[in-house]
Amino acid sequence: MTSILDALVTGLVYGGIYALLALGLTLQYGVARILNLAYGDFLIAAAVFATLLYQRFQLSPLVSLLLLLPASFLIHLLVYHLVFVQLERRRGSWRAMEASSILLAFGLSFVVSGAMLAIFGGKLFSYSYLLVPVQLLGSVVPANRLLALVLALAFGGFAYLLLVRTRIGTAIRAIAVDPDGAPLAGIDVRRWAGLTFAFGGIICAASGVLISMFQTFNVPMGVTFTLKALVVVIMGGVGNAVGALVAGLILGVTESFVARFISPGLTLAAVYGLFVLAVLTMRTGIFGRALR
Amino acid sequence: MQRYTRRAVLGLIGTASISALLAACGGGQATPTPAPQPSPTSAPAQQPSPTPTTAAAPTPTVVATQPKKTLRVGFAISKSGPYAAGAGITIYPNYVLWAKDVNDAGGIKLSDGVYTVELIEYDDQSSPEEAIKAIQRLVNQDKVDLLLPPWGTAMNLAVAPVFHQLGYPQLGVANLSDKTPELVKQWPGYFSFLGTSSQYSEAVADLLSDLANQGKIGKKVALIYVDDAFGLELSEAARKKFKATGFELVYDQGYPLGTTDFQPILTDIKQRQPDAFVACSYPADTLTLPEAAMVVDFNPPVFLTAVGTAFPVYVGKFGQNAEGVMGLGGIDPKAPGLMDYYKRHKEVTGQDPDRWGSPVCYASLQVLQQALERVGKVDRQAVAREVATGSFQTIIGTVKLEGNIYYGNWLLGQWQNGEFLALWPKNKAAATPIVPKPAWKK
Repeated sequence: MTSILDALVTGLVYGGIYALLALGLTLQYGVARILNLAYGDFLIAAAVFATLLYQRFQLSPLVSLLLLLPASFLIHLLVYHLVFVQLERRRGSWRAMEASSILLAFGLSFVVSGAMLAIFGGKLFSYSYLLVPVQLLGSVVPANRLLALVLALAFGGFAYLLLVRTRIGTAIRAIAVDPDGAPLAGIDVRRWAGLTFAFGGIICAASGVLISMFQTFNVPMGVTFTLKALVVVIMGGVGNAVGALVAGLILGVTESFVARFISPGLTLAAVYGLFVLAVLTMRTGIFGRALR
Repeated sequence: MQRYTRRAVLGLIGTASISALLAACGGGQATPTPAPQPSPTSAPAQQPSPTPTTAAAPTPTVVATQPKKTLRVGFAISKSGPYAAGAGITIYPNYVLWAKDVNDAGGIKLSDGVYTVELIEYDDQSSPEEAIKAIQRLVNQDKVDLLLPPWGTAMNLAVAPVFHQLGYPQLGVANLSDKTPELVKQWPGYFSFLGTSSQYSEAVADLLSDLANQGKIGKKVALIYVDDAFGLELSEAARKKFKATGFELVYDQGYPLGTTDFQPILTDIKQRQPDAFVACSYPADTLTLPEAAMVVDFNPPVFLTAVGTAFPVYVGKFGQNAEGVMGLGGIDPKAPGLMDYYKRHKEVTGQDPDRWGSPVCYASLQVLQQALERVGKVDRQAVAREVATGSFQTIIGTVKLEGNIYYGNWLLGQWQNGEFLALWPKNKAAATPIVPKPAWKK
């Protein structure tokens, strides 16, 4: 019994990083309508900068979080306005650009990871931070993972309240539903979709910095994070902040239980099995699209 | 109009901030890479025949005043993709360092003159197809005199038929496998300098037996392995040997490549109280396992992880906590020339070499150079024969291959006072094992 509770608690905490990872992408994909395939590469960029700041200047990742989040916000805002808005201009409408925006994001991912490869090469980055065991309901979890969970919950809660409870949120949801019709209701699509995309960029950088604290990574690994995030986004329902949170936590718990009670070799199989099941049975993710 | 000004300003801010960020963090990343440019002094005769050309009169006394010739040495290596990390630590810096060392020392002396080494490189993007294409291009278009091998067992096996077909010797380093003794029968120019996997697995079992016989540990072992060819091969041989020597396997499970969460596995293992924890792991896992172990406070008397334990980033990350951790590789700082190599490596390439494959890789290049000098000309078949049969003085001592494989490496090491000291084979150990391992410091 205690070991079941232990597996549950550690699974929830370890799922926090999946939730955080997916939250940024779900906002960019579901709300700003851009499937940002360069998500993992931007995440790696944040992770690399956090590592270098820590190793060269002994700057705590928590401090670099304060530097990198606004930087990532600005960069994503720029990318949105300089790249994706240009595409929309050329295509004439948001619906028409959706397919080509995926290709564009794909290209962007090569640009970002290629530039980083040229500068940093393929070497491994790794350091430890906040590796403090914390007692939680009788289980021990590392503080850095717990922080990821807390951030995921905070960002997720903020996104949910913003989208569902505020006037701006209503406008943003209108964009998500019909970007070409929203201007008819007086909504500045470029402005609000751009801000949402950049908010997704903040979460992306936050996940990057947190991941750098406990995971060994190198530049070419960006795509694996994009894929992980995409799996969680689709399970949780595209554009659904709460769905991404819950799906991320479910993945963490599944991995934990399978590794503990069945076999660690089957964790990947279990995760993707769950994914296939979710896609087959729930066409719009765990909560459907209603919550947004 | 207003729209354009705003865009211009945004664009300017963007370029400025990105370049500032890159400049801040990209400093000190010297890449001494001679670009693959077709040099005008191309093709110094594929097979410099005994009838020398006009410039190369057989007068060895005036060697120094002769115009130097270029030995074109080509390679395809993973500079991007999943293999880039391993290649960038163990192999690529050694190629750069070796070429510089050779040229600084005057060059390679062959019978028709002194040759300086020119490196021609391509990125194989961690893809076997790309590697094969690059190697064919190196041979057919760039007309290289010698080829150097890529990183990784899979990659080396993928390009081996091409090396063989084109008649180039392949002095593989990071191509650890138990299949090598079979493979060299069909590819006589295929070599392995790191040895075979079972050599390392058996060393693990032998080291643990030795410790058990001294009464330092009990007979319970927990074994985990990464679910791919490397992990399976390594763990298979270890499992057999453990059973034969009377060890009890209290845990024996694989985990998928890319696993980042080891807490459930270690929680389970901790309850079984093993005397030794053995992980047939890859670098990313090796660097993550101690974290999970610290969190669940799992500190067995022997904590042994496989690839990556000997990487400089390991001690950089864990510092004091690396103390007592065992892994594959190891060095003896007292070996002549070795510490000098470590110093030069750091100076020339700007990074520390690892404590396993790096010196072996450099030694393989020394072997190649000496074999070439003994043959006296770029006769690749004769060079391969010389590598297979000769004995060579290198930074890791005298190297003599048996059946195209070098078995004389340090197999296991342990971090002690910030250095990864060789523990096994026992007759050339640099230190005695610290067992039980000191507790994790928090």
